[in-house]
Amino acid sequence: MIQFLLKRILQAAMVMFIISLFCFSIQDTLGDPTREMAAMSMSDKERENLRDEMGLNDPLLMQYGRFVGRALQGDLGTSYFFKEPTLDVIMKKLPATLELAFAASILIITISIPLGVFCAINPRHWFSKFTMAVSVIGISIPVFLTALALIYIFSITLGWMPSFGRGEVVHVWGSWSTNFLSWDGIRHIVMPAVALSSIMLPLFIRLVRAEMLEVLNSEYVKFARAKGLSDGPVYLKHALKNTMLPVITVGGVQIGIMVAYTILTESVFQWPGMGFMFLEAVNRSDIPLIIAYIMFVGFLFVVVNTLVDLLYGIINPMVDLVGRRQ
Amino acid sequence: MKNRFLLTTCLVMAGLLAATTASAKELRMAYDADPVTLDIHEQLSGGVLQLSHMSFDPLIRWTKDLAFEPRLATSYERLNPTTVRFNLRKGVKFHSGNTMTATDFKWTFNRLKQSPDFKGIFANFTELNIIDDHTIDLVTSGPYPLVLHTATYIFPLDSQFYSGTDANGNDKGAIVKNGASFASTNLSGTGPFKIVSREQGVKIVFERFADYWDKSSPGNVSSIVFTPIKDEQTRVAALLSGGVDFIAPVSPNDFDQIRNSSKADLITMPGTRIITFQMNQERRKEFRDQRVRMAIVHAINNEAIVQKIMKGFATTAAQMSPPGYLGHNPNLKPRYDLDLAKKLMKDAGYENGFSITMMAPNNRYVNDDKIAQAVAAMLSKINIKVDLQTMPKAQYWPQFDERAADMMMIGWHSDTEDSANFYEFLAMTPDKATGFGAYNSGNYSSDYVDSQTIKANQETDSAKRAEMLQAIETKIFQDAGFVPLHWQNLAWAARKGVMLDPVVNALNFPYLGDLVIK
Repeated sequence: MIQFLLKRILQAAMVMFIISLFCFSIQDTLGDPTREMAAMSMSDKERENLRDEMGLNDPLLMQYGRFVGRALQGDLGTSYFFKEPTLDVIMKKLPATLELAFAASILIITISIPLGVFCAINPRHWFSKFTMAVSVIGISIPVFLTALALIYIFSITLGWMPSFGRGEVVHVWGSWSTNFLSWDGIRHIVMPAVALSSIMLPLFIRLVRAEMLEVLNSEYVKFARAKGLSDGPVYLKHALKNTMLPVITVGGVQIGIMVAYTILTESVFQWPGMGFMFLEAVNRSDIPLIIAYIMFVGFLFVVVNTLVDLLYGIINPMVDLVGRRQ
Repeated sequence: MKNRFLLTTCLVMAGLLAATTASAKELRMAYDADPVTLDIHEQLSGGVLQLSHMSFDPLIRWTKDLAFEPRLATSYERLNPTTVRFNLRKGVKFHSGNTMTATDFKWTFNRLKQSPDFKGIFANFTELNIIDDHTIDLVTSGPYPLVLHTATYIFPLDSQFYSGTDANGNDKGAIVKNGASFASTNLSGTGPFKIVSREQGVKIVFERFADYWDKSSPGNVSSIVFTPIKDEQTRVAALLSGGVDFIAPVSPNDFDQIRNSSKADLITMPGTRIITFQMNQERRKEFRDQRVRMAIVHAINNEAIVQKIMKGFATTAAQMSPPGYLGHNPNLKPRYDLDLAKKLMKDAGYENGFSITMMAPNNRYVNDDKIAQAVAAMLSKINIKVDLQTMPKAQYWPQFDERAADMMMIGWHSDTEDSANFYEFLAMTPDKATGFGAYNSGNYSSDYVDSQTIKANQETDSAKRAEMLQAIETKIFQDAGFVPLHWQNLAWAARKGVMLDPVVNALNFPYLGDLVIK
């Protein structure tokens, strides 16, 4: 176990090192940050002074050396726009994104499992066919279109839902303010969560259905039936548990992808999270923030994958985490 | 003078009446971005100037028809060719409670001279002299016609508030671009709104300043919640769903939706930002031939671009100076004529055309990439094959600095609201030492334009100056020094009951202190 975690920590460090090196090497194509910080009419001389002051005129290796030196002390640079350490900025934006991803995950889990199971048990039922048809359409509609449609229907036409932002959030701890403890907050998170889940939901319904179908045809399910067990325990105890194994693996990977989709969702709903922050950082050539964000996301991926592997080990003790052959 | 006094008295009375009957009015506004800093000298940009007009006041300001209106100066007069005297308003308070005096102006002026963004505008100003507590003289190095234009940028800062050192031992008055400073996170001005709270990129809350000097202002907004909403469709949706009361900018694509809505009004007016293409004569020998440049100007149907791509949301241009500027020459008309363009190409010996590269941004100006595509298609009619590349502004400006393509798009708004600014940056021969022609990527060069622009900036007689500026405009027109497209219009939208129309102006800084909400 400890060996496994050590391996993963090393892996995370490697991932972040490679990302930072890559980001630095493409730094020039990220644009000139002084353009966002100064007037068009500012003279070339002043612009050069500013670049000097920011250390942008130093050789790339020197800049990278400086960056690594600071990074080892836990300082990933200062955002040009927010004028705060990039990690602080990310930590401030993280709760909003996590809450959005969490709300979307809840929707996905509570909808996809029952629907997927139902479709697997009753493949010929009209509702199953209907669900499958809708999921095909759902998977092919881009998330921003879903988001705009939701805004148009529920905010503009019906006037039921707020169209942007987080609303009145309740402060919990540190930089974490939550949407889940106030009615206004919940109203604000519903549409972004629905939009974000819309892209994953069809995928999960199909996945749960396919896995469940396979399990239902397996020998042990037949055996359980032959033993005379009623439908309920067969489906829920024996079949569903084994269905969840691949779903968790895919789910872990999908959570990572979901972070990418939050960029779209957050920018349509002006959700003050990490994704929107990143998009803005790219627009503003806020290079330290771009690099810190990508490194952070790389770190997040490693963490999520580690958690998935651990979870996998708990559900199926046959899995060997360290990868030794026995 | 007597009349004015009477008028002022009436206005004050009316204002007092209004003030006593007004109830709390909140304005929830959404712009595409929030000001990057609270230090109004840190960056010269639209967002920061909007903040300047909300939380500070200038000496004088522009009216809707581009005239001057006294604010913190009650009157002004030219004493001699290099000195203008301003009499300051008495009894003006800063948000901190300090009283505004001439000292604050001197301190502000010195700080402006230090600001990398603003020092260019104040380059011709040598000093600000205090005559007494409420009188100042602005002195220029030579006769300078734009003293009043520049005075619109003098928003006094509370010198006592910004003096001394902060908790980290740094000077409170320091202008810091790269990193946080006291001035970029704290504010004390004389303006109608003081800042209650601010979360960068998320929200700023303003509250009306109880001791605001302008009691005659009809404005009844008691608080403002400013939210940046980046996505233009989300911004419109927020307005139409009642989430906010006032939005800007508004994309032409959303006009119909707002016009058809019973909940909101759209307000548009001609703007002063010119959109152009420049033809690089250094990169392409073909462009050195005036007939080729002329052919290109004649081949581009900018009226069609305004109608089809901009949906009428722009004014077709044939010159840099928009109507209302001294240099605007009403005789210069757009000159689309494809047959003439073909003939000019033939005369120049390029009947079979040639291939060029073109670059334009895709998120800087309204519909910039679509305009570039249209221009490229129009040029193909005179056999000029265009290899077009569009990119986000973050990538575009470094390319522009390198003059990376044969034709490049550039939009320009004159900081001084004066024609000469266009010529200085876009038309004069590029010169690293003087900084002239900094955005003249075409390398267009004319001795006449160079010398006359400098002369016009020493001419204080505005009739003579107008003549000079218009002559420069005509010369560039005849030389076909660049491709004029249009002046972008401005648009705002507000829910019904927000009386936005009287407070908007061509500079795009609605005077929200005077805004009335019914």
